[in-house]
Amino acid sequence: MSASSNGSKMKINLRVWRQKSRGEPGRLENHVLNDVSPDMSFLEMLDVLNNRLVAQGKEAIAFDHDCREGICGSCSLVIDGKAHGPNLETTTCQLHMRSYHDGASITVEPFRANAFPVVKDLVVDRSAFDRIIAAGGYISVNTGSAPEANSTPVPKPDADLAMDHAACIGCGACVAACPNASAMLFVSAKISHLALLPQGAPEREARVLAMVDAMDREGFGNCTNHYECGAACPKGIPVESIARMNRQFLTASLRSRPSSSKQEDGA
Amino acid sequence: MSTTTTQTLQGSSKLDSKCPGGPMAERWTRHRFDLKLINPANRRKFSVIVVGTGLAGSSAAATLAEMGYRVTALCIHDSPRRAHSIAAQGGINAAKNYPNDGDSVHRLFYDTVKGGDFRARESNVHRLAETSVRIIDQCAAQGVPFAREYGGLLANRSFGGAQVSRTFYARGQTGQQLLLGAYSALMRQVGAGRVKLLPRREMMELVMVDGIARGVIARNLVTGEYERHAADAVLLCTGGYGNVFYLSTNAKACNVTATWRAHRRGAYFANPCFTQIHPTCIPVSGDHQAKLTLMSESLRNDGRVWVPRSKGDRRSAAEIPDGERDYYLERKYPSFGNLVPRDVASRSAKEQTDQGKGVGETGMAVFLDFRDAIMREGESSIRAKYGNLFQMYERITGENPYRVPMRIFPAVHYTMGGLWVDYNLESTIPGLFVLGEANFSDHGANRLGASALMQGLADGYFVIPSTIAAHLAGRKLEGVSTEHPAFAAAEQDARARLDRILSIKGSRTAASIHRELGLIMWNEVGMARHRKGLESAIARVRELRAEFWNNVQVPGDSKDLNQVLEHAGRVADFLEFGELMALDALLREESCGGHFREEHQTPDGEARRDDENFCHAAAFEWRGEGVAPVRHAEPLTFEIVKPSTRSYK
Repeated sequence: MSASSNGSKMKINLRVWRQKSRGEPGRLENHVLNDVSPDMSFLEMLDVLNNRLVAQGKEAIAFDHDCREGICGSCSLVIDGKAHGPNLETTTCQLHMRSYHDGASITVEPFRANAFPVVKDLVVDRSAFDRIIAAGGYISVNTGSAPEANSTPVPKPDADLAMDHAACIGCGACVAACPNASAMLFVSAKISHLALLPQGAPEREARVLAMVDAMDREGFGNCTNHYECGAACPKGIPVESIARMNRQFLTASLRSRPSSSKQEDGA
Repeated sequence: MSTTTTQTLQGSSKLDSKCPGGPMAERWTRHRFDLKLINPANRRKFSVIVVGTGLAGSSAAATLAEMGYRVTALCIHDSPRRAHSIAAQGGINAAKNYPNDGDSVHRLFYDTVKGGDFRARESNVHRLAETSVRIIDQCAAQGVPFAREYGGLLANRSFGGAQVSRTFYARGQTGQQLLLGAYSALMRQVGAGRVKLLPRREMMELVMVDGIARGVIARNLVTGEYERHAADAVLLCTGGYGNVFYLSTNAKACNVTATWRAHRRGAYFANPCFTQIHPTCIPVSGDHQAKLTLMSESLRNDGRVWVPRSKGDRRSAAEIPDGERDYYLERKYPSFGNLVPRDVASRSAKEQTDQGKGVGETGMAVFLDFRDAIMREGESSIRAKYGNLFQMYERITGENPYRVPMRIFPAVHYTMGGLWVDYNLESTIPGLFVLGEANFSDHGANRLGASALMQGLADGYFVIPSTIAAHLAGRKLEGVSTEHPAFAAAEQDARARLDRILSIKGSRTAASIHRELGLIMWNEVGMARHRKGLESAIARVRELRAEFWNNVQVPGDSKDLNQVLEHAGRVADFLEFGELMALDALLREESCGGHFREEHQTPDGEARRDDENFCHAAAFEWRGEGVAPVRHAEPLTFEIVKPSTRSYK
């Protein structure tokens, strides 16, 4: 980490993954930028490169991004082999070029996982996460049927711990970092968030069974305790949540009765 | 340029707000009783398209689906969880009065009408205040992890411009948690097959049949395909237009396209000049900058805003003794101090930098200092309250705000204007409803902190589910299929437009044109506006628009993911919209809320409102390209909160 002082410009050698579409082979493309400011964010550097490409009539490098303040979870690059780059608990959009030295060579690739197919260049399809949430990542409460909010007290430590897990931004860095491309940190974060709150208790077992089932169907791998997910997570989601999920899954599996489907449909 | 003014027709037709009469506190209840009901079995016969899946869109789509309507939701991102509502930090207001500090529905109503500088509709605001309490119940039940007291009950804090503690929050990520709550409700309906969710879709055109909104043309952003979607009603929940300034706190995808396309089809655009400049953002650092980052104004609860007393003082903050600091908000506004509303705080910062007292490299910043709060409460207490914000600041600036004061400057943040809607949230196009930031009305000329999340969710969870019946049950809607010629025509319009952009093959990027537009808007239609500047802005925006259509360069084609083409299409709409915004600012000869005309100020530099001539919402009617719009006025009446000069002294 070398922070250059204000005003100085850096030279950066970029190798960027280009891929026209899902079915076509991709390759790394070299670009040299001579006027990178240390105050630029990593994505602003890509903006500068893209503007140059467009001005030359060439197609810009496609990458997902939106809020540029680390909360929407859109940005998704693997930078020098690390999901979201070198800094701890920092999304790519919050990574600044002052983290690099003049003359650095940087390789930029998309998140790679079977369940996240490449759409184009650095853009991948993470809709598997949405399908997992649709399978059970919610509390079934129709609008208007909620009780008065303070009628359900939540011990502060539980609320705080639930918030630690609810902070997940759904970026998928956990999957990209995992040697098995497992989504267990993402899934267990949602399961923990909801299970730690009394509001989430009634559906606790059904939820863990449905979400784990959906996760498996999407083709994510299993957890073999590398904890790369935790190291890559830009929001510092505690990896203990995976153990919580496994415990809940075990209990729920032992108690689940396939015939107990008398429940009303969940509208 | 003065022709612009004279050419603009003053509309004579009356805009019917459909506000119910009777006692203010009973209006919403009475209105809901008067609205038609649709029995549960019949609801599945009606289909609704929801464009946009932020707080307003997700909450509306989920709730309408729960009720039994068939819903199609279009999402511009890869997932609804990415919508820009997610970036709201500070909190959400509700008149629960848990702290027992004198809050009530009436007080929230009163504060919002006054905070909006008497340019909001009283009936709407009262409904918003009433609804606020149920939003908290709903969100808590969904599992939104609001901050709690040690007894397990919900915590509150006071937030910019309020003297009571009515703001609920989830650390500095309230928008994220509320959005994830609405998203989970939406995904539950998607899982149940009641909502068809179409991600990576952009609405390109509104389709009207017999004068009624009956569908949209969308573009699949991955395949480039144009799609036709027909329905019985269309809801636009597509957010604000702050990115007309290029640099704003908005996410990069935020745009005016959906509302502007609807405007061109007949929906009136109201009060486009009412924009909110947020006082506490991280200052611009260079030309490369793609967006500005907000620092939650909750920071103003503990941080003190100051500049050096003398001009051009380049010493570091630590070297400037207290006696040589000007805590100008505390000096000018002793009763509200650092907590004055956003418009006042922003303008005051500009006043200081205009006088050459700005700090930092560029001189375009003021200090927000936590030294005293840290001495009083200890660093750990400050860290508990604002840890994630301090961390974000340090990441971006490379400075540690526990040691040196933050440097902040105002930035465009929210837009109070939007498509005109009546009390039912219906635009001037029957069957087209507009929710959340995309509409106008509830916030008047200035929005109070922690009120945007409240309004988005009020509209989606509680207002539209009732009021949509007025349209669905009240009008005889023939079945419409996507084979109708109106769909083919609208699709052709959408196609032709993007094809034309691709065919120009000029020498300028859409990004550089957008940046230039933003600079014009910021300089002339930003925090302070005057006649000459606005007239010049209109002329320059027109020239820039011509430059775009003659000289833009968009490589690639429209048959796959082409983010440069998407952006260019949005810039083209901003180039039309920017002119209307400047025109509205030019015609509104008064200062109110976020709209400050230099010609209309008191001797001590405060805004001078003109209730005699401008106590109305201005709603513009599109009349064609190169033709001046018609300006319609909806008079605003204040029965309860009598207009007074806002004073925060």
